[in-house]
Amino acid sequence: MVDYNPSQRNLVGIEHDRVTNVSSTDFPGYYPGEDHAWNLEKFKENFKIQISYLTDLSSSFDLIGVDASIANAFRRIMIAEVPTLAIEYVYIENNTSIIQDEVLAHRLGLIPLKANPDYLRWFKKDDPDIEPTDYDTVVLHLSAKCTTNPNAAPGTTDPKVLYNNANVYASAIQFEPQGRQAEWFPDGITLANPDILIAKLRPGQEIDLTMHCILGIGQDHAKFSPVATASYRLLPTIDIIGPPLTGVLAQKFKTCFPKGVITINSKGEAYVKDARKDTVSREVLRHPEFDGRVKLGRRRDHFIFTVESTGAMTPDEIFIKSVQLLKKKCQILRKFNLRT
Amino acid sequence: MTIEKGSARPDGSFNELLQPVYHGKKLTDAVNTAEDKWLLLPAFLKIKGLVKQHLDSFNYFVNVDLKKIVRANERVVSDVDPEFYLKYLDIRVGMPQRKDQNSLSTEITPHECRLRDLTYAAPIFVDVEYTRGKKIVIHKGLEIGRMPIMLRSERCVLAGKSETEMANLMECPLDPGGYFIVNGTEKVILVQEQLSKNRIIVEADEKKGIFQASVTSSTHERKSKTYILTKHGKIYLKHNSITEDIPIVLVLKACGIQSDFEILQLVAGADSRYQEVFAINLEECAKLNVFTQQQALEYLGTKMKTSRRPMSPRLSALQEGLEALATTVIAHISVHNLDFREKAIYMAIMTRRVLMAMVNPQLVDDRDYVGNKRLELAGQLLSLLFEDLFKKFNNDFKTSIDKVLKKPNRTNEFDALLNITIHSNNITMGMNRAISTGNWSLKRFKMERAGVTHVLSRLSYISALGMMTRISSQFEKTRKVSGPRSLQPSQFGMLCPSDTPEGEACGLVKNLALMTHITTDDEEEPIKKLIFVLGAEHISVISGHELHAPGSYGIFLNGTVLGITRTPVKFVTRFRNLRRKGRVSAFISFYINHHHKAVHIATDGGRICRPLIIVDKQKSLVTAKHIQALKEGRMQFDDFLRKGLVEYLDVNEENDCNIAIYEHQIDSTTTHLEIEPFTILGAVAGLIPYPHHNQSPRNTYQCAMGKQAIGAIAYNQLQRIDTLLYLMVYPQQPLVKTRTIELIQYDKLPAGQNATVAVMSYSGYDIEDALVLNKASIDRGFGRCQVLRKNTTTLKRYSNQTHDRLDGVKRDQDGNPIFKHAILEQDGLPGVGEQVSTGMVYVNKQVPNNTGDNLLGAQGGPTLSADDYKDSPVVYKSPEPSYIDKVLLTSSESEQPLIKVLLRQTRRPELGDKFSSRHGQKGVCGVIVPQEDMPFSDSGVCPDIIMNPHGFPSRMTVGKMIELISGKAGVLDGSLQYGTAFGGSKLTDMAKILVDKGYSYSGKDMLTSGVTGECLQAYIFFGPIYYQKLKHMVLDKMHARARGPRAVLTRQPTEGRSRDGGLRLGEMERDCLIAYGASQLLLERLMISSDAFNVDVCGQCGLMGYNGWCTTCQSAKNVYKLTIPYAAKLLFQELLSMNVAPRLKLGDAF
Repeated sequence: MVDYNPSQRNLVGIEHDRVTNVSSTDFPGYYPGEDHAWNLEKFKENFKIQISYLTDLSSSFDLIGVDASIANAFRRIMIAEVPTLAIEYVYIENNTSIIQDEVLAHRLGLIPLKANPDYLRWFKKDDPDIEPTDYDTVVLHLSAKCTTNPNAAPGTTDPKVLYNNANVYASAIQFEPQGRQAEWFPDGITLANPDILIAKLRPGQEIDLTMHCILGIGQDHAKFSPVATASYRLLPTIDIIGPPLTGVLAQKFKTCFPKGVITINSKGEAYVKDARKDTVSREVLRHPEFDGRVKLGRRRDHFIFTVESTGAMTPDEIFIKSVQLLKKKCQILRKFNLRT
Repeated sequence: MTIEKGSARPDGSFNELLQPVYHGKKLTDAVNTAEDKWLLLPAFLKIKGLVKQHLDSFNYFVNVDLKKIVRANERVVSDVDPEFYLKYLDIRVGMPQRKDQNSLSTEITPHECRLRDLTYAAPIFVDVEYTRGKKIVIHKGLEIGRMPIMLRSERCVLAGKSETEMANLMECPLDPGGYFIVNGTEKVILVQEQLSKNRIIVEADEKKGIFQASVTSSTHERKSKTYILTKHGKIYLKHNSITEDIPIVLVLKACGIQSDFEILQLVAGADSRYQEVFAINLEECAKLNVFTQQQALEYLGTKMKTSRRPMSPRLSALQEGLEALATTVIAHISVHNLDFREKAIYMAIMTRRVLMAMVNPQLVDDRDYVGNKRLELAGQLLSLLFEDLFKKFNNDFKTSIDKVLKKPNRTNEFDALLNITIHSNNITMGMNRAISTGNWSLKRFKMERAGVTHVLSRLSYISALGMMTRISSQFEKTRKVSGPRSLQPSQFGMLCPSDTPEGEACGLVKNLALMTHITTDDEEEPIKKLIFVLGAEHISVISGHELHAPGSYGIFLNGTVLGITRTPVKFVTRFRNLRRKGRVSAFISFYINHHHKAVHIATDGGRICRPLIIVDKQKSLVTAKHIQALKEGRMQFDDFLRKGLVEYLDVNEENDCNIAIYEHQIDSTTTHLEIEPFTILGAVAGLIPYPHHNQSPRNTYQCAMGKQAIGAIAYNQLQRIDTLLYLMVYPQQPLVKTRTIELIQYDKLPAGQNATVAVMSYSGYDIEDALVLNKASIDRGFGRCQVLRKNTTTLKRYSNQTHDRLDGVKRDQDGNPIFKHAILEQDGLPGVGEQVSTGMVYVNKQVPNNTGDNLLGAQGGPTLSADDYKDSPVVYKSPEPSYIDKVLLTSSESEQPLIKVLLRQTRRPELGDKFSSRHGQKGVCGVIVPQEDMPFSDSGVCPDIIMNPHGFPSRMTVGKMIELISGKAGVLDGSLQYGTAFGGSKLTDMAKILVDKGYSYSGKDMLTSGVTGECLQAYIFFGPIYYQKLKHMVLDKMHARARGPRAVLTRQPTEGRSRDGGLRLGEMERDCLIAYGASQLLLERLMISSDAFNVDVCGQCGLMGYNGWCTTCQSAKNVYKLTIPYAAKLLFQELLSMNVAPRLKLGDAF
C-alpha cells in the first residue's frame, strides 16, 4: 500500500521484520488530487547532486529528487553498458609457466586498462572475415622469462631475490601502437593497477604473448565493466517519538547506532545528529524499551551513490557516460513515435 | 618395552600449530587446561598422522611379521636326498628399486611409478644356509621377490623427508600415504572389520530357544569354528569337521576329565542353578555308554569327517579322535603331550557361558559391539598373502630340486640357489596380482575375498583422505538386517557417526574418528609371565570348584584363561600402573567383566583404541604446566604417554572407566577426561562447520558430497597424469574453518569457494533447490574448473619382430596439414597447448598388417614399407574441444614405449552444474543472472549465489545459517572464524561483531532490487557460505540424438550416452500411449523409428521366406511383404532354432 500522507509518502518504512512502503506510485511523483504536472523549473529546483568525495578510483555523491527507476538506470548502465577497453584475444607464442593458457588469458582479460575508449571503434566480433585495424584494436605484448639471479646472496630463500622475473606483474605488459595509435594515445595504454600479479615463474619458464584489446560492455563480460561496483543506498531517517530519551536510555540508544549518528546534548537528551551515517542495522528495533519510541525510515528520492572504478576511467567520467548513454537511449525511443 | 616413537611429520606442517604465537595465543599467556587441552590433538596427529594405522601395520609386517613367517617356515628339505637342506636365516626388505638393469640409478620415486605404470616395490632379500655337495654354504642377500611398498612407510623413499625433499621427489607433502602403487595405479587396502578371533561369543535364538557359544580359532596353520550349543535343553559340541553334534560331557571325558563330579564342578561350580540345568547332560553321555576317556575318544573318532591325503596310513578311531581333539577342535589352544586339561577348561568355560545364558537370557554377547570386533589392516592381509606365497615358493623350490636330486649321476655339482631364483617371480606376481585385483584367495584358509583393494580416489584431497580412513565390513550388503548397520553406542570416539554412505552399504562402510589408533600384535609371553608375577594362580592347579567360587575371577589373556585371582580390581590396577609407567606396551588393555567374573587382558592386533587424559583424585593429570611444555615444544605426545598422563583405552576398557567430557564434569567416580569432544567425528565430517546444529542425515550427506567436490587435490596435481582429474582454478580456504580443517590441512588443499549468498527467491528458476548464479562472478572466475583426461597408448612389439609405429602428418596439395592432422607434429604426437576438436587425431599410431607370421628374409628385424602398416590413430571424439596439456613418452616395465597424452578442458559454470554447501544442501544452477539484475546491499555488495529459502525448513540445517553469520562476521572483522563441532565461534559473539560493524545482528540485510531499483520488502539473510562445485556437470551428461548407431543384434537404437544411444520409450510410457489410444504414434515409436524390417511371409504356412519365395512351401504363391520389428523377426527365428514354429496368420487389415 502506498502511503499518501505527504510527510510519509517519501519515506520507506523500516520495521523490525519488514520494509514498508517500498514502491512509489504507478506514476512516480504524482499523487491523486494534487497537481504534480511535470515542470522543468520545479524539477530543477528539487533535483540536486551533491558530491561527497571524488578520487581517481571512487566517488560518492547524492542524487536527490529523482525516482528509483532513474537512479537504477544510471547504476545499471554504469555496470553493464559503459564501454571500456579490455584484452579479448590472447595469442600465445610461448607459455611454459604452470598457469594454463586459458587461465592466463582469463587473468589477462580481467586487468583494467587505462585508455580513452572514445578513440576506438567497435570491433565486429561476429564477422570472421574482418581483420583488426588500428581503429578498433589495441595490441599489447607481454614477454617475461625467468632466470636465476647470480647475485643473490647465498642462503636466500625468497624467490623474488633468488630469481629474476619470479613474479610477472601487469606492469610487464607493453603497448605496441599500431598505425596512428601513437597519436591517439600519447600516454600509451597504461594500467590502472600495475601491481596485479599475473603469474609466477621459475628459472627456465617463459611467457611470451600478444594481446588484442577491443571495446566491449559489461553486459558481454564483467571485464568490460568500468566499475568494480556502482550502487546506491537511500538516505536514512531517524525520528524519536514522544518525550526525549534521557539518561541510561539515551546512552543505550546511542550505542544502537554507528558512531556519530546520535549524540547526547547538554540536557542528557539523545538527538539525531547525522542520520546519513546510519547503516540501518535496525539494532534499535531489537530492544523493547525503544518500542514505539523511534521511527526509522529512508528517503525514497534521495540516493547516495557510490561508484568504485576499476581504474579504467574516473568515476565522474563513468557517471557522465552513463547519463549520455541514457540520453541516447531516450533519443532512440523518441524516434519511434510512441503516440501512434 | 617402550612405546614406539613415531617419526615427527617431516614437512613441519604442524609446526604452525605449535608456534609461539598461534591464533593470538602466546607462550606467556595464561594457559587454561580446559580450553587448551585440545592441543594434544595436533601433537597426537603430528606423530601419528591420519593414516598411521596403515603405516604401523605395514611397518610391523615388514619388520616383525615377515621374520616370524620365515622362522615358521625356515627349513626346506628334500624327499629324495636326506642330506640336503636349505634354511632361511633372515629376511629383510630393501628400499624400492628400479627393475631395469641398465639404468643410471636404482632408486625410484613413487611419482615415476605413477607416470610410467610401474610397481613401487622393493626387493625381498633372504640369507640362506644350504648344502652344496658335502659343504654347507651360507649365502646372504638373495632376492626372492619384490614386495610392493606402502607409501610413507619406513621402507618408502619418502620416509622422514622434509617438505623440500618431497618437492624434489615430485611428491605432495600433504599426501597421507598408506597406499601402494601397482602398475601405475594407486591402490588402497581398506581396513576390514571382522568379528574377533579366539574369543567366545554367546548368542541366543529366542524363537528356537537355542543358546550357543562359538569361537573362531585362528592360528597360522588353520582357521576353524567351534560351537557349543543347546539342543532340546542339552548341550552339544558342534564343529565343521565332525559329522554330528557331540554331547559336551562326552567331549570333556575325551579330554580326560572322566569323573562326572569333576565335569559338573568345572562347568557349573557350586551353583545349584547351573548344576540343575546341566545335570541332564551327564545322563546323555551315560546313555551312550561312554564312561572313560578311551571310550569317548573312540566315539569321537567315528564321527570325524576324514579327508586323508592319499598315501597316508589309515588311523584307528582312537587316533582320529585324539588328533581331532588336539588339532581341530578349538585349534588355537595348543596341546602338549596329550594334556587336554587346558582345552577342557576352555570348553567348560564355554559351556558355562551357555548355561548362564540359559538361566539368564540377558547374558548373551552383542556381535555388533565394537569391542567384539577386530580391524584387519594392510599388514595383516599382506602377511597372510605372503605366507601363502612363501609356502608355495618353498614347495615349488622343493619339487624342482627333487627333480634334479632324483637323477643318480649328475655331471656337475648341484647348486640349489640356481633353482631358487626361478620362482622368485611367483612371489612378485602373486603380491602384485592380489593388490591390483583385490582378490585375496588363500588356499590355506579357504579364504576367497574379493574387493579388498580399491583404486585410491583422487577426485579431491578429501576423497583420498576419506578412503584412507575407511573401514569395510565383511557383512553381506544385500541382507536386510539393521543390527550391523545401526550406530553402536560403543562406536563413540572410535568411528565417525556421520561418515557412512547412503544406500546398500549404509552402516557397513564406516570411517575412523580423528583420534583412533588400531593396535598391532604384541608379544604374549612377557604378559603371561607378568600375570603370574602379579599373583595369579595358574589354571592347571585350579579345580572347578575354585574356578567358579564366589569372588574368584578368571584371568583371560586374549580370550584364553590362564589363571585366577581373588582380587581382580587390585590386579588390574597394578597392571594398569605398569602400563602407565611404560613397563608394558601402551596398547594392552585390561578390563574386568563382572558378569563373567573375568579379568580380560588383550594384546592382539586390530583393536580400536583412542587416547584419553587420566584423571586422578578428581584432577586431570594433564595440567597447564604440561600444555605449556607442549606449546614450547619441550614435550611431545609420546612424553604424555610415557609420563602416564594420557593412555590409550580400547572399547572394552572404556567400559570399565568413567570418562568426563569437560573438566568441570569431573566427579569422584571419574577416571578419564576426553581430550576434545570433536574428535568423535572423522576427517571428512570434520569439514562441516557447526555440525552439532544440523539434522544428522545432512552431515551424512555432506560426507558423501565432500568427496565429490572439485578443488586442489595435491601439491603435485599438475605433475600427475591421472585418468580423470578435476581441478578448481581458484580454490579458497573456507572462511568458517574447523579445527579438523586445520589438522588435516584442508585449508591448504581446499575444494570450494566462499560465495556471497542471498537467501531469497528470485526469478522462479530457483525452485527445487536450484541456485541463481551471478554472471559477473562467473566472469571473474567463480566456480571455474578444469577437467584433465588421460589417454594411454602403447606401441606394441609383436612376436615377428615388427612393432607399432608413429606416423607423421598428412598434407594436402598446398602442403598444409589436413584437418585431422592439424595439431600433429613431425613425430606423430600433438603439440602441447594445441586445441583438439572433434575428429582430430592426436596420436598417429600405425599397426603393422602382419603381426603373426615370421617375415621372410628378415634379418636383424624386418624392414617394412609404409604399405605394410595400417592406420590406428587415436581420434578425439568429444563435441567440446580440449587442449593438449602434456605429452609423456616413456617406457613401461615391459620396455614397451608408452605414450600418455593429457587433455585439458577449462569450464566455467553453466546451467545445470551442481553445487553444494557444506551442509548436505546440493542444488543445480537454474539461471545465470547479469550483475545489474542482482539485488545489492547498502554497501554495494551483490550476491554470487541466490538460494531459495525453501531449502531450510525441511532440511533443518541450522549450521548453515550459523556458518553464514560467522562468515559474515569474519569478513567484516578480517578474521577466520571457527565452526568446530561442539565449540567454535559463538553465535552471540558473531552477532555482536555484526552489530559493531553496522549490520543487523540477525545477519539479514536490507537489499535493493537490481531490476526495479526499489528496496525489497523483506530483509534478506545475506552473507558468505562456503560452496563446493561438485563433479557432476551438464557438459558430461547432456545428450540428444535424432539418428544414430544401432545395435547389431536387434537393429534397435543403442543405449546410453557413451554409445550415442536413443532415448527409450519404456514400458510405462507405452502403457500411457495404449491407454490414450495413440496407435499410430506407438507404431511410429516402437517400429518405424526403431527397427522396422521388411519380411516376406507365406500366407500358406505362416513362416518367413525371402525374395518373395517360401522355402517351406516351395512356392511364390501367397507370399506377402510385411513390415515387422526386426526384434520380432529375430524372435521368430530364435524360436525356430529351438524347434518351435511360430506361424503368422495373415488377414486384411482394413
